[in-house]
Amino acid sequence: MRFERWCCKMKSLAELKAIRDKMQNAVNVRESGADNIRVVVGMATCGIAAGARPVLNGFTDEVAKRGLSNVTVTQTGCIGLCQYEPIVEVFTPDGTKTTYVKMTAEKVAKVVSDHLVNGNVVNEYTIGSLGN
Amino acid sequence: MMQELSLNILDIAQNSIKAEADLIKIEIHKNPIEHTMRIVIEDNGRGMTKEQVERVENPFFTTRTTRKVGLGVPFFKMSAEMTGGNFHIDSEIDVGTTVVATYRLDHIDLMPLGDMASTMVTLISVNPDIDFIYTYGIGENQFSLDTREVRVILEGMPVNSPPVLSFIKEFIEENTKQVNEI
Repeated sequence: MRFERWCCKMKSLAELKAIRDKMQNAVNVRESGADNIRVVVGMATCGIAAGARPVLNGFTDEVAKRGLSNVTVTQTGCIGLCQYEPIVEVFTPDGTKTTYVKMTAEKVAKVVSDHLVNGNVVNEYTIGSLGN
Repeated sequence: MMQELSLNILDIAQNSIKAEADLIKIEIHKNPIEHTMRIVIEDNGRGMTKEQVERVENPFFTTRTTRKVGLGVPFFKMSAEMTGGNFHIDSEIDVGTTVVATYRLDHIDLMPLGDMASTMVTLISVNPDIDFIYTYGIGENQFSLDTREVRVILEGMPVNSPPVLSFIKEFIEENTKQVNEI
Protein backbone atom coordinates (compact mmCIF):
# COMPACT_ATOMS: atom_id res chain seq x y z
CA MET A 1 0.00 0.00 0.00
CA ARG A 2 1.40 3.38 -0.97
CA PHE A 3 -1.22 5.41 0.79
CA GLU A 4 0.58 6.65 3.85
CA ARG A 5 -0.50 10.22 3.23
CA TRP A 6 -4.15 9.32 2.76
CA CYS A 7 -4.22 6.33 5.05
CA CYS A 8 -6.78 7.75 7.43
CA LYS A 9 -9.38 8.13 4.70
CA MET A 10 -8.85 4.71 3.17
CA LYS A 11 -11.23 1.90 3.96
CA SER A 12 -9.10 -0.80 5.54
CA LEU A 13 -9.39 -4.50 6.20
CA ALA A 14 -9.45 -3.79 9.95
CA GLU A 15 -13.23 -3.37 9.74
CA LEU A 16 -13.44 -7.07 8.88
CA LYS A 17 -12.58 -7.98 12.46
CA ALA A 18 -15.83 -6.46 13.70
CA ILE A 19 -17.75 -8.29 10.96
CA ARG A 20 -16.09 -11.57 11.94
CA ASP A 21 -16.93 -11.12 15.62
CA LYS A 22 -20.55 -10.38 14.76
CA MET A 23 -20.77 -13.49 12.54
CA GLN A 24 -19.24 -15.70 15.21
CA ASN A 25 -21.95 -14.64 17.64
CA ALA A 26 -24.83 -15.11 15.22
CA VAL A 27 -24.25 -18.75 14.35
CA ASN A 28 -25.88 -19.28 11.01
CA VAL A 29 -24.51 -22.50 9.64
CA ARG A 30 -25.37 -23.29 6.05
CA GLU A 31 -27.53 -26.37 6.08
CA SER A 32 -26.61 -29.00 3.55
CA GLY A 33 -29.56 -31.16 4.48
CA ALA A 34 -32.35 -32.69 2.46
CA ASP A 35 -34.15 -29.36 1.93
CA ASN A 36 -31.26 -27.80 0.04
CA ILE A 37 -32.15 -25.76 -3.06
CA ARG A 38 -29.51 -25.03 -5.69
CA VAL A 39 -29.68 -21.95 -7.91
CA VAL A 40 -27.28 -22.26 -10.83
CA VAL A 41 -26.52 -19.25 -13.04
CA GLY A 42 -24.93 -19.68 -16.49
CA MET A 43 -21.72 -17.65 -16.50
CA ALA A 44 -20.11 -18.39 -19.85
CA THR A 45 -19.40 -15.61 -22.38
CA CYS A 46 -22.97 -15.80 -23.67
CA GLY A 47 -24.47 -15.48 -20.18
CA ILE A 48 -22.18 -12.66 -19.08
CA ALA A 49 -22.77 -10.69 -22.29
CA ALA A 50 -26.54 -11.08 -21.83
CA GLY A 51 -26.50 -9.80 -18.24
CA ALA A 52 -25.80 -12.75 -15.93
CA ARG A 53 -23.67 -10.75 -13.46
CA PRO A 54 -26.52 -8.64 -11.99
CA VAL A 55 -28.73 -11.75 -11.98
CA LEU A 56 -26.22 -13.78 -9.97
CA ASN A 57 -25.56 -10.91 -7.56
CA GLY A 58 -29.32 -10.35 -7.30
CA PHE A 59 -29.85 -13.95 -6.14
CA THR A 60 -26.93 -13.75 -3.69
CA ASP A 61 -28.31 -10.48 -2.21
CA GLU A 62 -31.94 -11.60 -2.05
CA VAL A 63 -31.08 -14.97 -0.49
CA ALA A 64 -28.89 -13.21 2.09
CA LYS A 65 -31.55 -10.58 2.84
CA ARG A 66 -34.12 -13.28 3.56
CA GLY A 67 -31.64 -15.46 5.45
CA LEU A 68 -32.41 -18.53 3.31
CA SER A 69 -29.74 -20.84 4.70
CA ASN A 70 -31.02 -23.79 2.62
CA VAL A 71 -30.30 -22.05 -0.71
CA THR A 72 -26.92 -22.25 -2.48
CA VAL A 73 -26.22 -19.88 -5.38
CA THR A 74 -23.60 -21.17 -7.77
CA GLN A 75 -22.44 -20.86 -11.38
CA THR A 76 -22.02 -23.05 -14.42
CA GLY A 77 -20.70 -22.69 -17.96
CA CYS A 78 -22.59 -22.60 -21.23
CA ILE A 79 -25.71 -24.74 -21.27
CA GLY A 80 -25.99 -24.51 -25.06
CA LEU A 81 -29.07 -22.27 -25.22
CA CYS A 82 -27.17 -19.01 -25.67
CA GLN A 83 -30.09 -17.12 -27.21
CA TYR A 84 -32.08 -17.55 -23.98
CA GLU A 85 -29.38 -16.25 -21.61
CA PRO A 86 -29.20 -15.24 -18.85
CA ILE A 87 -30.35 -18.73 -17.85
CA VAL A 88 -30.91 -19.81 -14.26
CA GLU A 89 -31.58 -23.40 -13.25
CA VAL A 90 -33.25 -24.13 -9.92
CA PHE A 91 -32.80 -27.61 -8.46
CA THR A 92 -35.26 -28.38 -5.66
CA PRO A 93 -35.02 -31.27 -3.15
CA ASP A 94 -37.79 -33.24 -4.90
CA GLY A 95 -35.39 -33.70 -7.82
CA THR A 96 -37.01 -31.25 -10.23
CA LYS A 97 -35.09 -28.80 -12.34
CA THR A 98 -36.71 -25.55 -13.42
CA THR A 99 -35.05 -23.54 -16.20
CA TYR A 100 -35.65 -19.79 -16.15
CA VAL A 101 -34.67 -17.91 -19.30
CA LYS A 102 -33.91 -14.30 -20.23
CA MET A 103 -33.55 -13.49 -16.56
CA THR A 104 -33.06 -9.97 -15.26
CA ALA A 105 -32.24 -8.55 -11.84
CA GLU A 106 -35.88 -7.39 -11.64
CA LYS A 107 -37.22 -10.94 -12.10
CA VAL A 108 -34.99 -12.32 -9.35
CA ALA A 109 -37.08 -11.11 -6.39
CA LYS A 110 -40.19 -12.88 -7.71
CA VAL A 111 -38.35 -16.17 -8.31
CA VAL A 112 -36.94 -16.00 -4.78
CA SER A 113 -40.24 -15.21 -3.05
CA ASP A 114 -42.54 -17.41 -5.16
CA HIS A 115 -40.30 -20.35 -5.96
CA LEU A 116 -37.49 -20.57 -3.41
CA VAL A 117 -39.58 -19.53 -0.41
CA ASN A 118 -43.11 -20.69 -1.29
CA GLY A 119 -42.41 -23.52 -3.73
CA ASN A 120 -44.42 -22.11 -6.63
CA VAL A 121 -42.61 -22.09 -9.97
CA VAL A 122 -42.88 -18.73 -11.79
CA ASN A 123 -44.17 -20.26 -15.01
CA GLU A 124 -44.09 -17.07 -17.06
CA TYR A 125 -40.27 -16.90 -16.76
CA THR A 126 -39.54 -20.54 -17.57
CA ILE A 127 -38.26 -21.97 -20.82
CA GLY A 128 -41.57 -23.80 -21.17
CA SER A 129 -43.45 -20.50 -21.43
CA LEU A 130 -41.59 -19.52 -24.62
CA GLY A 131 -43.92 -21.38 -26.96
CA ASN A 132 -47.03 -19.78 -25.45
CA MET B 1 -19.65 -7.83 -27.38
CA MET B 2 -19.53 -6.91 -23.72
CA GLN B 3 -20.80 -3.52 -22.58
CA GLU B 4 -17.95 -2.83 -20.21
CA LEU B 5 -14.42 -4.15 -19.67
CA SER B 6 -15.30 -5.45 -16.19
CA LEU B 7 -17.53 -8.01 -17.93
CA ASN B 8 -14.66 -9.09 -20.21
CA ILE B 9 -12.53 -9.51 -17.10
CA LEU B 10 -15.24 -11.60 -15.43
CA ASP B 11 -15.41 -13.74 -18.57
CA ILE B 12 -11.64 -14.24 -18.88
CA ALA B 13 -11.44 -15.17 -15.18
CA GLN B 14 -13.94 -17.97 -15.90
CA ASN B 15 -11.24 -19.56 -18.06
CA SER B 16 -8.87 -19.49 -15.06
CA ILE B 17 -11.55 -21.13 -12.91
CA LYS B 18 -12.09 -23.83 -15.54
CA ALA B 19 -8.31 -24.35 -15.63
CA GLU B 20 -8.52 -25.20 -11.90
CA ALA B 21 -6.51 -22.22 -10.69
CA ASP B 22 -6.61 -21.60 -6.95
CA LEU B 23 -5.04 -18.14 -7.19
CA ILE B 24 -6.20 -15.55 -9.70
CA LYS B 25 -4.63 -12.10 -9.90
CA ILE B 26 -6.46 -9.29 -11.63
CA GLU B 27 -4.59 -6.05 -12.08
CA ILE B 28 -5.69 -2.81 -13.68
CA HIS B 29 -3.18 -0.05 -14.00
CA LYS B 30 -3.57 3.30 -15.72
CA ASN B 31 -0.59 5.35 -16.78
CA PRO B 32 -1.80 8.96 -17.09
CA ILE B 33 1.47 10.17 -18.59
CA GLU B 34 1.49 7.69 -21.43
CA HIS B 35 -2.33 7.61 -21.65
CA THR B 36 -2.36 3.83 -21.43
CA MET B 37 -4.10 1.21 -19.34
CA ARG B 38 -2.95 -2.32 -18.71
CA ILE B 39 -5.23 -5.14 -17.62
CA VAL B 40 -3.56 -8.34 -16.45
CA ILE B 41 -5.32 -11.58 -15.50
CA GLU B 42 -2.88 -14.12 -14.16
CA ASP B 43 -3.66 -17.59 -12.85
CA ASN B 44 -1.88 -20.69 -11.58
CA GLY B 45 -4.16 -23.08 -13.47
CA ARG B 46 -3.17 -25.97 -15.67
CA GLY B 47 -1.96 -23.75 -18.52
CA MET B 48 -1.98 -24.29 -22.26
CA THR B 49 0.41 -25.59 -24.88
CA LYS B 50 1.95 -23.20 -27.41
CA GLU B 51 -0.44 -24.54 -30.00
CA GLN B 52 -3.48 -23.94 -27.76
CA VAL B 53 -2.35 -20.38 -27.04
CA GLU B 54 -2.17 -19.67 -30.75
CA ARG B 55 -5.59 -21.15 -31.35
CA VAL B 56 -7.33 -19.54 -28.38
CA GLU B 57 -7.40 -16.12 -30.07
CA ASN B 58 -9.41 -17.67 -32.85
CA PRO B 59 -13.20 -17.53 -32.27
CA PHE B 60 -13.57 -21.02 -33.69
CA PHE B 61 -11.52 -22.55 -30.89
CA THR B 62 -13.13 -23.53 -27.62
CA THR B 63 -12.78 -26.22 -24.97
CA ARG B 64 -16.53 -26.22 -24.52
CA THR B 65 -18.57 -29.05 -25.92
CA THR B 66 -21.98 -27.36 -26.03
CA ARG B 67 -21.13 -25.20 -29.01
CA LYS B 68 -18.25 -24.70 -31.39
CA VAL B 69 -17.49 -21.00 -30.93
CA GLY B 70 -15.39 -19.44 -28.15
CA LEU B 71 -15.73 -15.69 -28.07
CA GLY B 72 -14.32 -14.77 -24.66
CA VAL B 73 -10.68 -14.24 -25.63
CA PRO B 74 -11.45 -12.74 -29.09
CA PHE B 75 -13.84 -10.19 -27.46
CA PHE B 76 -11.22 -9.17 -24.92
CA LYS B 77 -8.51 -8.96 -27.57
CA MET B 78 -10.75 -6.82 -29.76
CA SER B 79 -11.55 -4.46 -26.87
CA ALA B 80 -7.84 -3.65 -26.60
CA GLU B 81 -6.87 -3.63 -30.27
CA MET B 82 -9.68 -1.31 -31.31
CA THR B 83 -8.15 1.39 -29.10
CA GLY B 84 -4.75 0.97 -30.73
CA GLY B 85 -3.58 -1.18 -27.83
CA ASN B 86 -2.41 -4.75 -27.88
CA PHE B 87 -3.05 -8.17 -26.46
CA HIS B 88 -0.89 -11.03 -25.35
CA ILE B 89 -1.23 -14.45 -23.73
CA ASP B 90 1.59 -16.26 -21.96
CA SER B 91 1.00 -19.77 -20.78
CA GLU B 92 2.89 -22.75 -19.52
CA ILE B 93 1.53 -26.22 -18.81
CA ASP B 94 1.10 -26.84 -15.05
CA VAL B 95 2.31 -23.31 -14.25
CA GLY B 96 -0.50 -21.06 -15.36
CA THR B 97 -1.69 -18.46 -17.84
CA THR B 98 -1.26 -14.69 -18.00
CA VAL B 99 -3.47 -12.57 -20.22
CA VAL B 100 -2.36 -8.97 -20.81
CA ALA B 101 -4.40 -6.34 -22.63
CA THR B 102 -3.23 -2.76 -23.09
CA TYR B 103 -5.42 0.16 -24.09
CA ARG B 104 -5.00 3.71 -25.32
CA LEU B 105 -6.89 5.82 -22.75
CA ASP B 106 -7.41 8.70 -25.19
CA HIS B 107 -9.03 6.56 -27.90
CA ILE B 108 -12.69 7.12 -28.67
CA ASP B 109 -13.36 3.37 -28.91
CA LEU B 110 -12.19 2.67 -25.36
CA MET B 111 -15.03 0.94 -23.51
CA PRO B 112 -15.73 2.00 -19.93
CA LEU B 113 -14.07 -0.11 -17.27
CA GLY B 114 -17.44 -0.49 -15.55
CA ASP B 115 -18.31 -2.05 -12.23
CA MET B 116 -15.21 -3.95 -11.10
CA ALA B 117 -16.57 -4.24 -7.55
CA SER B 118 -19.48 -6.31 -8.91
CA THR B 119 -17.14 -8.45 -10.98
CA MET B 120 -14.97 -9.24 -7.94
CA VAL B 121 -17.98 -9.92 -5.69
CA THR B 122 -19.43 -12.25 -8.33
CA LEU B 123 -16.15 -14.17 -8.61
CA ILE B 124 -15.63 -14.46 -4.86
CA SER B 125 -19.26 -15.32 -4.04
CA VAL B 126 -19.40 -18.45 -6.19
CA ASN B 127 -15.73 -19.50 -5.90
CA PRO B 128 -15.06 -19.47 -2.15
CA ASP B 129 -12.17 -21.92 -2.51
CA ILE B 130 -10.22 -19.75 -4.94
CA ASP B 131 -8.08 -16.82 -3.81
CA PHE B 132 -8.25 -13.55 -5.71
CA ILE B 133 -5.91 -10.58 -5.67
CA TYR B 134 -7.40 -7.47 -7.19
CA THR B 135 -5.18 -4.43 -7.73
CA TYR B 136 -6.25 -1.09 -9.15
CA GLY B 137 -3.89 1.80 -9.64
CA ILE B 138 -3.26 5.06 -11.42
CA GLY B 139 0.37 6.09 -11.72
CA GLU B 140 2.03 5.72 -8.32
CA ASN B 141 -1.19 5.20 -6.35
CA GLN B 142 -2.85 1.85 -5.98
CA PHE B 143 -4.74 -0.43 -3.67
CA SER B 144 -5.18 -4.19 -3.49
CA LEU B 145 -7.72 -6.60 -2.16
CA ASP B 146 -6.21 -9.99 -1.37
CA THR B 147 -8.68 -12.66 -0.23
CA ARG B 148 -5.78 -14.49 1.47
CA GLU B 149 -5.49 -11.52 3.86
CA VAL B 150 -9.27 -11.48 4.26
CA ARG B 151 -9.21 -15.17 5.20
CA VAL B 152 -6.58 -14.61 7.89
CA ILE B 153 -8.78 -12.01 9.56
CA LEU B 154 -11.93 -14.12 9.21
CA GLU B 155 -10.39 -17.06 11.13
CA GLY B 156 -12.34 -19.72 9.25
CA MET B 157 -15.60 -17.85 8.64
CA PRO B 158 -16.50 -18.17 4.95
CA VAL B 159 -15.14 -15.49 2.65
CA ASN B 160 -18.42 -15.51 0.70
CA SER B 161 -20.76 -14.89 3.62
CA PRO B 162 -23.08 -11.94 2.91
CA PRO B 163 -21.59 -9.36 5.30
CA VAL B 164 -18.08 -10.11 4.00
CA LEU B 165 -19.20 -9.75 0.38
CA SER B 166 -20.83 -6.40 1.21
CA PHE B 167 -17.62 -5.28 2.87
CA ILE B 168 -15.52 -6.32 -0.15
CA LYS B 169 -17.85 -4.44 -2.50
CA GLU B 170 -17.60 -1.25 -0.42
CA PHE B 171 -13.86 -1.71 0.04
CA ILE B 172 -13.29 -1.83 -3.72
CA GLU B 173 -15.74 0.99 -4.49
CA GLU B 174 -14.36 3.38 -1.87
CA ASN B 175 -10.70 2.70 -2.58
CA THR B 176 -11.27 3.00 -6.33
CA LYS B 177 -12.85 6.38 -5.72
CA GLN B 178 -9.89 7.43 -3.58
CA VAL B 179 -7.39 6.41 -6.25
CA ASN B 180 -9.42 8.19 -8.95
CA GLU B 181 -9.60 11.40 -6.94
CA ILE B 182 -5.94 11.69 -6.05
